Amino acid sequence: MTITRLLVANRGEIARRVFRTCRTLGIQTVAVHSDADTAAPFAAEADLAVLLPGDTPAETYLDIDRVLAAAADSGADAIHPGYGFLSENADFARAVIENGLAWIGPTPRAMDAMATKVEAKRLMETAGVPVLAELYPSALTDADLPVLVKASSGGGGRGMRVVRTMADLAETVRLASSEAAGAFGDPTVFCEPYVERGRHVEVQILGDAHGTVAVLGDRDCSLQRRHQKVIEEAPAPGIADGVRAALHEAARTAGEAIGYVGAGTVEFLLDGDRFFFLEMNTRLQVEHPVTECVTGLDLVALQIAVAEGEALADLLPGHPPEPRGHAVEVRLYAEDPAEGYQPQSGRLTAFDVPSAVVHFDNPTAYGIRLDSGVEAGTEIGTFYDAMVAKVIAWAPTREQALRRLAGALERATVHGVRTNRDLLVNLLRDPVFTAGETYTTYLDGADLAALTRNGYDEQGLRLAGLAAAVADAEERKHRSPVQRGIPVGWRNVVTQPQRTAFDRLTVEWYGGRDGYTSADGATRVVEVRGATVVLEHGGVRRPFTVRLHGDRCEVDSVLGHLALVRQPRFTDPAARVAAGSLLAPMPGSVVAVRARVGDTVGAGQVILVLEAMKMQHNVTAPADGVVVAIEVQAGRQVSAGDVLARVEEDA
Amino acid sequence: MTGTATGPDPRTRRKAEQPSARREAMLAKLAELDAEHAKAAAGGGEKYAARHHERGKLLPRERIELLVDEGSAFLELSPLAGWGSDFTVGASVVSGIGVVEGVECMITANDPTVKGGASNPWTLRKLFRASQIAEENGLPTISLVESGGADLPTQKEIFIPGGRLFRDLTRASARRQPTIALVFGNSTAGGAYVPGLSDYTVMVRERAKVFLAGPPLVKMATGEESDDETLGGAEMHARTSGLADYLAEDEHDAIRIGRRIVARLNRRKARPEPAGYAEPAEDPETLLDLIPTDLKEPFDPRDVIVRIADGASTGNEVPFDEFKPLYGPSLVTGWARIHGRPVGILANAQGVLFSEEAQKAAQFIQLANQSDTPLLFLHNTTGYMVGAEYEQGGIIKHGAAMINAVSNSKVPHLSVLIGASYGAGNYGMNGRAYDPRFLFTWPNAKSAVMGPQQLAGVLSIVSRAAAEARGLPFDEEADAGMRAMVETMVEEQSLPFVLSGMLYDDGVIDPRDTRTVLGICLSAIDSTPYEGTTRYGVFRM
Repeated sequence: MTITRLLVANRGEIARRVFRTCRTLGIQTVAVHSDADTAAPFAAEADLAVLLPGDTPAETYLDIDRVLAAAADSGADAIHPGYGFLSENADFARAVIENGLAWIGPTPRAMDAMATKVEAKRLMETAGVPVLAELYPSALTDADLPVLVKASSGGGGRGMRVVRTMADLAETVRLASSEAAGAFGDPTVFCEPYVERGRHVEVQILGDAHGTVAVLGDRDCSLQRRHQKVIEEAPAPGIADGVRAALHEAARTAGEAIGYVGAGTVEFLLDGDRFFFLEMNTRLQVEHPVTECVTGLDLVALQIAVAEGEALADLLPGHPPEPRGHAVEVRLYAEDPAEGYQPQSGRLTAFDVPSAVVHFDNPTAYGIRLDSGVEAGTEIGTFYDAMVAKVIAWAPTREQALRRLAGALERATVHGVRTNRDLLVNLLRDPVFTAGETYTTYLDGADLAALTRNGYDEQGLRLAGLAAAVADAEERKHRSPVQRGIPVGWRNVVTQPQRTAFDRLTVEWYGGRDGYTSADGATRVVEVRGATVVLEHGGVRRPFTVRLHGDRCEVDSVLGHLALVRQPRFTDPAARVAAGSLLAPMPGSVVAVRARVGDTVGAGQVILVLEAMKMQHNVTAPADGVVVAIEVQAGRQVSAGDVLARVEEDA
Repeated sequence: MTGTATGPDPRTRRKAEQPSARREAMLAKLAELDAEHAKAAAGGGEKYAARHHERGKLLPRERIELLVDEGSAFLELSPLAGWGSDFTVGASVVSGIGVVEGVECMITANDPTVKGGASNPWTLRKLFRASQIAEENGLPTISLVESGGADLPTQKEIFIPGGRLFRDLTRASARRQPTIALVFGNSTAGGAYVPGLSDYTVMVRERAKVFLAGPPLVKMATGEESDDETLGGAEMHARTSGLADYLAEDEHDAIRIGRRIVARLNRRKARPEPAGYAEPAEDPETLLDLIPTDLKEPFDPRDVIVRIADGASTGNEVPFDEFKPLYGPSLVTGWARIHGRPVGILANAQGVLFSEEAQKAAQFIQLANQSDTPLLFLHNTTGYMVGAEYEQGGIIKHGAAMINAVSNSKVPHLSVLIGASYGAGNYGMNGRAYDPRFLFTWPNAKSAVMGPQQLAGVLSIVSRAAAEARGLPFDEEADAGMRAMVETMVEEQSLPFVLSGMLYDDGVIDPRDTRTVLGICLSAIDSTPYEGTTRYGVFRM
């Protein structure tokens, strides 16, 4: 069959990724989107778009009937599930096929076979693929520790927890199970031996409907935080040829064992030269671009071709290409790594990766690729994954790819929300990582304060502060209804510097006839040109780009990015937050309220529970006292800083 | 510059640093000026400032800095008031034009570190001048009040004329020119009428004290026992007497409220903000290289104009259109713009005013009135020409015509003393007595009835003539001594600090700031409508 109109049952960057290939192939595109995604770029760029009313995934991207209705309404003849959401839901695949649509993915039977990790492991063991022993929580002893508790369904690290003492076992299993139930609708968890310093290496396979399974190389995704991949690369570095060949062979065996059709990934835990089957992802992976870069293939095009019944022998004549050069991908997230990777939300006021030469496609020569679902102005909400973009560097060697990618990230403009960019840049330059010696728990217990530091040390902060103060002053001058031509901060009797207060520092400066200088006279402003403020300090001219969005001053320079928040000069006493107020630490939704007005509570007692992205956070009483106000109820969406409740401290 | 202005950005400009004797001399004078300004800014000195801060209070200029819009300019007026008197330079009050919520306001602030902010005769004159500027230019006034009342030893010079302060406040209100009092501390006895007569009053909790008589006086008068808070606390006035419209939590809060009040005044300027303009063709920095160290040496005022007026841009293709360039060349007249606002400029070129110059000035002033164009006078004059030829040529009636025109002109006038301002030339060029809206002085300027040497010489000639008439021998030695003494005295009295101290100008300014100062003044002037006149005194033909 020939696909003419394809619906992507997904959102964000993966929807755009699939659309790009469709446009290349001449296939029309259909987007489905939630209310919250109405203005999202992927919805706008599809040829047709269908609203799935609601915001939560359950009402929208996970609602099989609605997605199928959208396909029917829009006249789509194929569905690509992307990754996440319904991509590994065999029932969905079956329904798609039953509705006479082409399903861009493996057979429902193959999906079933790999759907639960426990079953998949047994299947692989039978096929001769090495696996870690399965342990039963009830039969565990001290000798088995440490163990990893995993959700049988799902992936992405959700529901995964390490147990190091028997005392923690029961509680950990309970938590993992409830998290798994909440996230995947399946509370089943299992345990396996925990390899302390294992690497995560995976193999990309592609099967056709004619019984052929090809191996398209491997990837290393060892750099993870809380079981979520942070940096991925292809090929996996520092693996002996024999081991690599064995890995590829094991993956092919796995694929053939289940008659795999389409793109899939077999994940292994690499412990020295030994490896164990972890799981198989029966879908396109987030990190597929690194494989595309080094192979020059378009995996989505291949998925579609295979779905259309084409044979690998025709698609990949001869052998799959040997990897050329090295590709590295980072996942740029709206999150605060230094604060437990708290997801961040808000408007992305600017987004630009000037080094990127292509989007959703392989660079024709070594360079930077950008796969992103957002654009300047996109609202990063709390309903979905907070990934901003994948930035991929392809270079002749790993060393060059890492340096290019670090540079591209450093020069990127990302304003409005806090991201993990500095962490990524530091990791790309981290000696352990550059030596190829990281393991999956490398970031556990890492010094995140150091790893998220950028060039803004005390001196850098002062310079950036001055640049921001100057940009702010210029902006005010342009906005002023009067005296716009008068030098900023001019005084005929000079008695004190001007003061501009930001969240992290207060800048003292002088304006006047000769322009701006820092109060200490050490730095002067030599030029203000558009958003660029050029400072001179110690004989060196330093340009800073400052963009203002409300109170936020976004500063970019060779030192990196810094967001400073203007502090108001005055606070209305009536607006001051009452003492004892409990504020939302992050945007999210209230899942439970555990106290009532009038309750006597002790310090640390849980007042309510917030859920943001993948974590639950307890909001506790700051001191012994009485609950005098509860401002929210369960189910309510809250923004960071919202007052949730108030506890009056005991006198 | 701004989004609308074109021309070289002053911040990218390198300073012209060529050393010149003229620059050195002017910089030395500017250093002296800075030192005098520093005295005014120091107020009652470090000890009192520290004590004030310890009480959680802000100094007057700190209050003003918080009150005005961030990054806006503040043109302090009469900063040297009281210079040369027994009182602290600055006269225990700060006044000036600042922008609050986008509105140009007249701001005054008592300096409580100087004798508790008590008013002395110079304080009064400074406040009168501020009030006059506010009235003429239609500026809302904001009084930052904390004053212990009148300086008692000089009460006889304060009490009677001081009543005008309150009269001015209520008349301002009657003109719909808003008056706002932010009371930070003492505002008692007569001072209580400042909040009492203001449109809006804000009082700081536990700080403001506003009553006609304090506990001791009340006890004396009626025997009643009371305390400060009961008689005049902020809380009492906000809740009971109603004298306070707003109760502020602290000083910052009072300033915040003051700004909100201004934001709600719905002030509209009489004239729109000008569109684009260019910075001067020549760098104002080089003014310092221009001014001769000896006032006798004339300089071309066109060189000054090109450094303070707008440069060429669309709509202002020629920066300075000279009027009657070939007639009366000792006075330059012409049209220009400053910060986009049109001005007619009269500037002395050769010091002396002859009949031609006087007639040219009279005509030019009338032309400016015909087109409602403000006038800028750049003084560098030794006065009207004397001598038989000139007397017979009618120098008096021509000078009178010029003074007539200046006196009756109704467009706003600005004066800057850029050199000498002697004799009737000071009058004809719109000296202080002719009430220009603003008058500023360069540090090199001098003003007197005539030059010190001339004055001493005249005295010498007169006494020599008197001696001769009586047939007495003339004491040459005593004459030389007298001349030296008179010269020194007049020289000292004609210096800018002295004149500024006596409120004969609105401040001594750095020549490089002239354009900025005039820009602020012209902007403030546009707050209220003005119109030229067609009515003058009889021009003697």
